[in-house]
Amino acid sequence: MPCILIVDDSASMRQMVTFTLKGAGYEVEEAVDGADGLKKAKIKAFSIVVSDVNMPNMDGITLIKELRALPNYKFTPLLLLTTESTAEKKQEGKTAGATGWMVKPFNPEQLLATIKKVSG
Amino acid sequence: MTIDMSKFLDTFFEESSEGLDAMESGLLNMQDGAADDELINTVFRAAHSIKGGSATFGLSEVAEFTHHMETLLDEVRAGKRAVASDLVDVLLESVDCLRAMLAASKSGDTQNPERAKALGERMAKMLKSQDLGAASKKSKTASSDARLATPDSRNTGWRIAFRPHAHLYRTGNDPVRMLRELADLGDFKVECDTSRLPRFADVQPEECALAWTIELRGDIPEKRVREVFDWVEGDCDLSIERLAADAAANVQSKISVHEAKAKAPEVKSSTQDPRSASEATSIRVGIDKVDALINMVGELVITQSMLGQVGKDFDMSRVEKLMHGLSQLERNTRELQESVMRIRMMPISFTFQRFPRMVRDLSQKLNKKIELRMSGEQTELDKTVMEKIGDPLVHLVRNSVDHGIEMPEVRRAAGKAETGLVTLNAFHQGGNIVIEIKDDGAGLPRDKIIAKARKQGLLGADEEPDDDKVCELIFMAGFSTAEQVSDVSGRGVGMDVVRKNIKALGGSVDVKSQTGKGSTFTIHLPLTLAIMDGQSVLVGGENYIIPLVSIVESIQLKPGMVNLVAGQGEVMRLRNEVMPVLRLYQIFNVASQVTDLHRGLLVVVEGEGKRVGLFVDELLGQQQVVIKSLETNFRKVAGVSGATILGDGTVALILDIPGLIQLAQQPVGVDRVVPVDNLTTIAA
Repeated sequence: MPCILIVDDSASMRQMVTFTLKGAGYEVEEAVDGADGLKKAKIKAFSIVVSDVNMPNMDGITLIKELRALPNYKFTPLLLLTTESTAEKKQEGKTAGATGWMVKPFNPEQLLATIKKVSG
Repeated sequence: MTIDMSKFLDTFFEESSEGLDAMESGLLNMQDGAADDELINTVFRAAHSIKGGSATFGLSEVAEFTHHMETLLDEVRAGKRAVASDLVDVLLESVDCLRAMLAASKSGDTQNPERAKALGERMAKMLKSQDLGAASKKSKTASSDARLATPDSRNTGWRIAFRPHAHLYRTGNDPVRMLRELADLGDFKVECDTSRLPRFADVQPEECALAWTIELRGDIPEKRVREVFDWVEGDCDLSIERLAADAAANVQSKISVHEAKAKAPEVKSSTQDPRSASEATSIRVGIDKVDALINMVGELVITQSMLGQVGKDFDMSRVEKLMHGLSQLERNTRELQESVMRIRMMPISFTFQRFPRMVRDLSQKLNKKIELRMSGEQTELDKTVMEKIGDPLVHLVRNSVDHGIEMPEVRRAAGKAETGLVTLNAFHQGGNIVIEIKDDGAGLPRDKIIAKARKQGLLGADEEPDDDKVCELIFMAGFSTAEQVSDVSGRGVGMDVVRKNIKALGGSVDVKSQTGKGSTFTIHLPLTLAIMDGQSVLVGGENYIIPLVSIVESIQLKPGMVNLVAGQGEVMRLRNEVMPVLRLYQIFNVASQVTDLHRGLLVVVEGEGKRVGLFVDELLGQQQVVIKSLETNFRKVAGVSGATILGDGTVALILDIPGLIQLAQQPVGVDRVVPVDNLTTIAA
């Protein structure tokens, strides 16, 4: 099963995502902000990374940029969780190298559908 | 899959309340003019997280309300809006409102929608007043939220031409996955266009050279099809055309399955019930503390197995090893205990953080200029102690602001800075935590206090009390100096209640005041209520525990040191200080072999600034004791604050030093008639 890294500074959000994905049989690891996420992603090659945008220490856009530059993450689906669905925000994410995005609020079913879209 | 979202609600509430605290302190700092990017970002992030979480976990009112706050803050962040005081005001009020809304959701109470609505309107008005950019952005968000909701009219299917650009793989997208997704939508036929493929020798494996034409039959909304390509907009050439009308009935069943899928989420989010969230109180513990604990347990296990081995075939040659193991066990246990205690410890900033806001609001209300300085916020103390010290602290800070600091013009006339200073400080001292509330105001009004005390009959008409006595007066029951009961302090809860509450925690409070220069309230509190260092003493063959923190010294009496004073019983002079002597065996009515004062020991203890000598048979050892409440297991006993279980399984009573001191201050009654022994000389 693919191993997914979820990066979000909100514990409740992480809990929800982890619980949902684990329930569907995925392996999940959590990181509390961009810097933490980058560190964890360097140690282990995740098959999907899901990241929040607004975080302390390192934001999601920067994280995606950094990850995309790593050889291990050249083709990896990198998803952004965003509350803003404006075109400019999406473009910003795309330019950084994000594969796609999920607009908050989302429910577990939407999350699973999106993950399924990029896994395997 | 059914997922019960309510299980995440507890975490969300906890995290939101932290977020709100962060917003509040951030906003207060902003008001002071320190609106740097990091600060604004922190406040924005907090609002943003609460909005995201509340929307996800089905608290739509909260989400809607937070949306306004977030939009305002976003404008501030983008530099489109200045940090004006009306903005900070409205946001601070919103923080309060949000807190109430979250609390109501948590307890399942009914919300008070008017307040939120009024504030929401105020914020909406602010938003409109400046730029239209924000408004258009809002409607965009709204329209995108409505996505998926309106299905297109029925149609027969789509022809899709999909030609990815060469760099598509590098965005992490994969045409294969997208095709698979399309195949799930309806009756699917695909043709691959390989015309762009280079010769094998020239193939760039990281680039995409293929293109596809897809025929998708079925009643599929255009939105669903476009969604598949949502993420590759700009990374491919795409055309989506409606198929000519023909029979598509054979895929009807498939579509209904999809519709059901799309509807499912709505049902689920409406069934969650915040009331089902458990009421259990929780503590957030730093990872380092948990790690230390796990480490400790690991060592304990090692020691245990080591001792197990020693005990397996034990002979006298192994005694040394056994002793070594036991001392290691002792160390492990002690460290484990310390680590566990540390889990309950939280920085006092959790209590302090409410004060900047409170002082700000109060000073506005009273038209005073006040600066609040806090230090030692990282000082840790027990969670229970912290929860209970909150209200007394609020009262004392209110007092300092209301009664302590003078009006600006009075201060100027007195040659002081117009802005008054209130300082909150916390630090560790021995086994105690000390909290100081200091103001540079007028100090306690001595004359007023004396006059009031005389009126209340707390003080004789001809008594002329010293400063310490005056300070004591304000802690007496039924004493409030405010001439009028103001809105701010003096709501019937007097300083006597403050003292009572602090005493209930095993602490003490006292005040030092200098007229014209200000006053300082000092609170001493035990670090924890569960364990303390005790000195065990023997009285008439029974063990008693004296809290180590209250012991000043232990001395052996010499003949002539103790006098009998009429009405006060036995007193002792020690280095020019006179203090009462209490014979514990008399107080607890136990038969003791040691009744001669010079044969036993006198333990000098201090509480609330007063000292007494406790006469005991002998001192045993110092040890940490776990405090068990006597009240819950038996009943309240005067002079005893609790009990503990000793290593050998017997129960020892823990002495209540402040209680004993009060006992000593009472005039000697019939039951405290002290037999004159050969050491005492009777004073006339």
